[in-house]
Parts: sequence; C-alpha cells; structure tokens
Amino acid sequence: MVKLNGEQHELAGKTVTEMLNDNGYDPKRVAVELNLDILPKSQYESTVLKDGDSVEVVSFVGGG
Amino acid sequence: MIPSKEEMYAALEERHGKELQKLFSETAVVICGLGGLGSNVAISLARAGLGRIHLIDFDRVDISNLNRQQYFPEQLGQYKTEALKDTLLKIAPYCDITSQAVKLDEENIPVLLADFPIVCECFDNAEQKAMLVNSVLENFPDKKLVAASGMAGLGSANSIVTKRIARNFWLCGDGKSDVNEGLGLISARVAVCAAHQATMVLRIISGKDEA
Repeated sequence: MVKLNGEQHELAGKTVTEMLNDNGYDPKRVAVELNLDILPKSQYESTVLKDGDSVEVVSFVGGG
Repeated sequence: MIPSKEEMYAALEERHGKELQKLFSETAVVICGLGGLGSNVAISLARAGLGRIHLIDFDRVDISNLNRQQYFPEQLGQYKTEALKDTLLKIAPYCDITSQAVKLDEENIPVLLADFPIVCECFDNAEQKAMLVNSVLENFPDKKLVAASGMAGLGSANSIVTKRIARNFWLCGDGKSDVNEGLGLISARVAVCAAHQATMVLRIISGKDEA
C-alpha cells in the first residue's frame, strides 16, 4: 500500500505519472513529494511507487 | 517632512520589540508575481519593517487589476515593479526595495532567486505556480517557500488556511477555488490569502516554522 495525501491506496508498481493520471491530476499543475522529498518532474515517468511509500500531491488552481 | 530612518526604526521596535525587529530588518524576501497576492504581501512586509524586499513581475498595471491589486488608476501602463516600488517607498522609505521586470522560468529561477532566503510564490496561473514551486524546491532545498492556491470567489474567508506541506514549503489558500470556475477574484478574499502568506513569512523570520 502507498499513502497518497494521507490515505492508503493500492498504488505499488505504478509510476508517478500513472498515479497522477489515474487520480485525475494534471502533471503540469502539481508538485509531488515522495517520502518527504520533492520529486523532480523529470523523474515522474521513471519513478515506480513501492509498498510503504508516502506521496503528497499538491495540485495548484489559478488565481492570485 | 517624513521621519528619519532612526525615528521609524524606533517606532517599529516599540511595536514589535527589539529582538523581533532586528530579525525583520535583517531579512530579504523575494516576491514572485505582483498581482492581488504579491502586491498585498509586499505591503504587509514593508509595513512590518523588513530589511529588503525584491519584486519580480513582467507585467504592467491594467485597468482589470484595480479591483484587487494595490495599484492606482494613475499608474495604469506602468510596470508593476515600478508602480509597487513607489507605493512601498511611501510606506517604508528606508526599506531596500529592488525589482526586476522579468518573466521567471526554469532557466532563470536558479540565478534570479539565489540571494533570497525566503521566496513568496504569488503568481496567478496554476501552471506557473507549479513551475515556480518545483523549481525552487528542486534547486534550493534550504530556501523557505510560501505559496498560495485557491482564493477565488466569495467562499468563506475561514476556509483559507496555511498548511505546512514540507520542511521548507508552506501553502496558503482553500486549495480549490479556481479563478476559471465561477466567480473571479475578489479583493477581500485575495487579501486574506495574501495576509496568510505574509503572516507565515513573518512567523518564519521569527523562528516559528509551524503553520
């Protein structure tokens, strides 16, 4: 199980890109933290989530 | 006649205490984006007596900005960097206010933000917000970053909060009120979010890292 924004999900084995797409996130509008470190966008495609990982996705909306 | 630098500093010390005012006066903050968020954040920080405020925005003042951004009709057409600098110098004449009318991107961020220990993300475009946040967190893991997302419309001001997302990353807003859905940006609610950002910056300077 992988913790996504505080909740457990069956995401082990998926890449970060797949996780974002499956959960309706726009990769161009997010920042992803994996186990408390920021994950560079260049690594979304190659990073595979594994059991015990903790992921925080911050999704930005417009306005300022 | 405006008060001397010493008189203004003494008045700030009187309000904030010597220790805190010393911290404020020794800190440099960069504000990225000078719209409804950035112009309000800048004014709060200038009033608090920050030592240096650096302003970055490529845009000019437009009539559509006047509903929420801290500019005056007579400033239409001016670069926001210049217009806001004039206002801030009226509020805090001895603050070191610098600016750059430039569009930030992944290439220039590592250079242009290098000197500032605290970064405020005050853009209005969601993709630009994400670009700045990712670039700062990737390039400068030790900088403190205070960003904002979700302040459009007229939802309750009580739904706007500050969250600590990571060790050096705080996010203010309700997280969901998008400017492209429903009502646009309204002065007071944007100012609430900007005040959250400015408060968090001042808390960080004072050594309080918790949201």
